[in-house]
Formats: sequence, C-alpha cells, structure tokens
Amino acid sequence: MSDPVYQRVRQNPKFQTLVKKRGRLALLLSVIVLAAYYALMMAVAFAPDALRTPVAEGSGISIGFPLSAIVIVISWLLTGVYSYFANGEFEELNNQIVTESQR
Amino acid sequence: MRASFIGALTAALLAAGPALAAGDMGAADKQSVNPIAIGMFLAFVGLTLGITYWAAKRTRSASDFYTAGGGISGVQNGLAIAGDYMSAATLLGLSSLVYLTGFDGMAYIVSFFVGWPIILFLMAERLRNLGRFTFADIASYRLDQSKVRTFAALGSLTVVVCYLIVQMVGAGQLIKLLFGLDYAVAVVLVGVLMVVYVTFGGMIATTWVQIIKACLMLGGGFLLLFLTLAHFGFSLEAVASSATSAHKAGVKIMGPGTMLADPISTVSMSLGLVFGTAALPHIMMRFFTVPNAKEARKSVFVASGLIGAFFLVVGILGMAAISIVGTNPKFFEGGVIGGKLIGGNNMPIMHLAQAMGGDLLLGFMSAVAFATILAVVAGLALAGASSIAHDLYARVIRKGEATEAEEMRVSKLSSLALGVVGVVLGILFEKQNVAFLVGLTFGIAASANFPVLILSMYWKGLTTRGALLGGLTGLISAVVFVILSKTVWVAVIGYATPVFPYEHPALFSMTLAFLVTIVVSKLDNSQRAKAEIAAYEDQYVRSQTGIGAAAASSH
Repeated sequence: MSDPVYQRVRQNPKFQTLVKKRGRLALLLSVIVLAAYYALMMAVAFAPDALRTPVAEGSGISIGFPLSAIVIVISWLLTGVYSYFANGEFEELNNQIVTESQR
Repeated sequence: MRASFIGALTAALLAAGPALAAGDMGAADKQSVNPIAIGMFLAFVGLTLGITYWAAKRTRSASDFYTAGGGISGVQNGLAIAGDYMSAATLLGLSSLVYLTGFDGMAYIVSFFVGWPIILFLMAERLRNLGRFTFADIASYRLDQSKVRTFAALGSLTVVVCYLIVQMVGAGQLIKLLFGLDYAVAVVLVGVLMVVYVTFGGMIATTWVQIIKACLMLGGGFLLLFLTLAHFGFSLEAVASSATSAHKAGVKIMGPGTMLADPISTVSMSLGLVFGTAALPHIMMRFFTVPNAKEARKSVFVASGLIGAFFLVVGILGMAAISIVGTNPKFFEGGVIGGKLIGGNNMPIMHLAQAMGGDLLLGFMSAVAFATILAVVAGLALAGASSIAHDLYARVIRKGEATEAEEMRVSKLSSLALGVVGVVLGILFEKQNVAFLVGLTFGIAASANFPVLILSMYWKGLTTRGALLGGLTGLISAVVFVILSKTVWVAVIGYATPVFPYEHPALFSMTLAFLVTIVVSKLDNSQRAKAEIAAYEDQYVRSQTGIGAAAASSH
C-alpha cells in the first residue's frame, strides 16, 4: 500500500537521524522562545513591580522595556540558529536521503 | 472595564481604523485634501499597476496565479511576508497603544511577534513540503477530500471575509481622514485596486505589492525614528524621561498597567495571537510561493527580522510621541492638551511625522498607510479566491476534473466577487463597532483552522471524523464565546454585562477543539479511519523530506 519510495526512505538510517536531530532542535528552540515569552507575560500579571525597576540607578527607563526587546531579539536570533542548522547540516543530510531514495 | 479596554485596544491594533473606542467609530473627521499624500499615493498606484501589467503576462497557469509558480526567493518572500503581516494596525495601532499606555503597549508588541519563531520551528517546512496552493491541501492530505477540504475552505473563507471587513472599515476611516476622500469612495477605491491586482496579476503582482509596501514602510519608519532620535539627542533616556513627565499617568507608564493584569485574559489573548497568526490563510499561502523548504525557512528568518526590527521602532516612536505629540496643542481638537486627538486615537504616529518632518513626511506616511492596506487586502482576496476556486470548485465540486483554464476563470471571478463582498460589507459596517470581528478572525483561525492543521501534520491518529467534529467545535465555540463577550453582548446587542467575561476566546475554544478532535479520532474505529492512520507514514516522510512536493517553476 505504501509508496515504495517512501518505504525506502523510512528504512534509511539517515532519515531517522535527520528527523530526530531536527525535531529535537525545533522543540528545544520552541521551548526557549515560549518560556521566555510566557515568563515575561507572567511577570506582567504577577510581578508588575519587578518590571518597573529602573535599568540603572536614577534612570528613567524601567527594566520591562529592555526585557521585552530582548525577547524579540533572542527569538529572532533563534530563527537564525534554526535556519543555520536546518539549511546547512540537515539540508545536506536531507539531500542525501532524497538522492538515495531515487535509486 | 478591563475586558472592554483589551477588546477596544485589540480592535484598534488590528482594525487600524478609529475603532479604539466604540464612540470613535464613524467619527473620523474628513480632512482637507493633502496634495503630497495624494501625489505619493498615485505614484505607488502607478508603479504597482505597472507591475500588475508585467505580472499578468507571466501568469499563465494556476500555479502561477496562486503561488507565483513557486518561483519567489526566500529573501523576496521574507519581505512579502513582512508586508503581508504588518497591516496598518502595526503602524498606527501598536504605536498608539504605546502612546496611550506605555509598557502595556510594549507587551502587546511582543505578543504580536512571538508567533513567528514558532511558525518557523514547527510549521514552515511541513507547510511547504505538504501544501500546494492552500492550507486545505494539507488538512485534507490523507483525510476525506471533499468533507475535510470543504470544512477547511469554509474556515479559511470565514477568516478572510471577517478580516477583509475589518481592513475595509479601517481603510475607509483612515483614507477619509488622511486624504480627505469620502468613506464610500475610499472603500470602493481599495476594492477596485485589490481586484485589479489579484485578477490580473495573481500572486506575482500581490507579492510585489507587498514587497514594495514593506520597503516603503520600513524606510518611512526608520527615517521617522532617525529624525525623532535626533530631536532627543539620540538618547533613549531622554525619550523615556520626557515621556514620563508628559504622560498623565507619569512614571506608571514604565511598568505594566491594568490592561494585562488578569492572567487568564493575557493567556487567552496571547494564544489567539500566536496560533491565530499561524493559521491565517493569507499568511500560510505565502509558504507555497517559494521553491522548497530551505527557502521557506530563509523567508521566515528574513520576515521575522524585519517585523521584529519594525516593532521595536514602533515602540520607540510611540514613547517619543507621548512628549512630542502629547504636549502640543495643535494636535488636539480645540487645542486642548489631553483632550481628543485630531483624527482619533490611532493618529499619534501621523502627528509625530508631521511634527518631525512636516507635511512632506506626513504625506509620505499617509501614502504608506494606504499602500499597507492595499497589500494586506490583496493577500486576503487571493487567499479567499484560492479557497473558492481550488478547494471548493476544482476539488470538491468538479472532483479534480476541472481544466486549469476553468479553475483560473473561477478564481478570477471569485476575487471579483470577494471585492464586491468586501466593498458592500465595508460600507454596511461603516458605523458599526468591528471589534468583535477581530476577536472572531483570530478566534476562528486559532480554534477551527489551527488544531486541524497542526494535528494533521503532527498526529498520526487524526481521522476525518475527528477533524470535522473538532474543527466544528472550535468554530462554533469561538463564535459563541465572541457573541457572549463584551464586544457583541454589550457593545452591539446592548446588555449591561457580558456572559463570557473575556474578550479572546482562544484559551477555551482552542482547547475544546483539540480535545474533541483527539477524543473523536481515538473513538473512531471505522475502516476509513484505519486507512487514514496508515497513510500518515507516507505523509510524514514527505513532510520531513519534501519528496513528492510540487517542483518550482522559474520566473
């Protein structure tokens, strides 16, 4: 019933490696982003005073603003990390799998 | 009070029109005609129509029409995604939110951003590897073609039409205000241009409209940021201290206010925004325009960088506007500082542009706002047309027997029909509070479309019965919760207190949809269910490797 090409791919150990490694990276990065974001939102709801602390003695800027900016910047950098691995090492592995499936 | 505040602010964010408070609706004053704005806008229209003409000659097949033949590069698509996602709401709504509430606005900005990395990590490559033209392609990949596809197409269309009304009403109000055109004339103009871009130029023209608009918006935003920071001697400290001394809430604007104090509202809002964004049909459609998963990933990296940078710019501009706009009597009606802002609460960034760069910059930013609306509605119309022509007509009604020419004719007629629907509803809703449509759009996307989409890609056990019942549960519960919430129950129907205390249904309706989908699928012992579960293995290999996915054409 299953397409023979897909069956071959499934039996290729490289496919298992790809899926495991890339899946683990995607999960890890998602957890980091969501944890950072929800930590900020929970601080908003439960510890608003902590976010009002000035960034430095006598500064008018509260710590909440740079923390928000950091969540955005880190999330973006992590999209770079994922793209770097998924488009480099994993893409290479994927290309091998595709080639080997077409024998 | 809190609930209505959140609803009103969200409406402002997404509708961009003067929907900030129910009382503002339809109250946008007609401004005198601004010749610079009109000149710049005409230049934009001329350029985009030229591109549409060029694109029309390159749009030969259905694949060209829906996805630009998969020939858009990752960087181009990243720009186009940024142009598609950042509606006038981002420019006007988010900056005004920071202007009004300080830090709470910043928290909203982060919430609007966080969906993007999640889309990349969990969805982008599978979307690209499994889908061809629409999200229904993915949802119905191994399930019952006509049933699941019909449901997914109707879910997409509901989201598209609701969002289209929101954009149209916002566009009418905004254009009336900035360009001095009649509301109805403005709505018809937006509708006509949208139909022209989509029917003649398809995805190629739509993509370039979005790319140009993204560049204009980023350019305008950064120019305004530079002028504004120069005004403060390039010191963020100076921006912050003048904001706290100018705002009536004083130093309180530097921390969380009342807006997000209720954790349940906050979580429901954020779930709706994050996962609703991930299931907006016009956003998902952009992933099918690139040749492969590699370019799809690159496009999210580029898009989220641009969106994130622009969001930070918007945050700083909102803070700067507190002192520059908030203390200048010429921006308030009757010159009363702290009274009603001329043009309504969405105008701080426009007034800031006027203060920093005079009528020239104001005209430029007005043209950018208009271009922004056009880019977003074009994306919506294309997504809607593909649901009608590809899913409902070609796949369900004609069972895949329609020729490509027939399918394209239907898609062009559909975009025309959507243009008419958008214009008519836009005019009918002129005086209505459209806040509930925003809750509905994101609620339905997150509750009816997202669970079916994500489970079809990630969960082997999903069956047709589960997808249909779960998706329907999400759709109905999202609609019912929104009707029982303050935005409809109190603001539209007129009862004193809402039955459902939160503005955003996602926490409840999305959870319910997932639950029903999973339970029903588990209980489904039919022969068909077994075959569907068995088919997951092949789908899984394709979703991971892209083997069997449509190849790209070059443009």
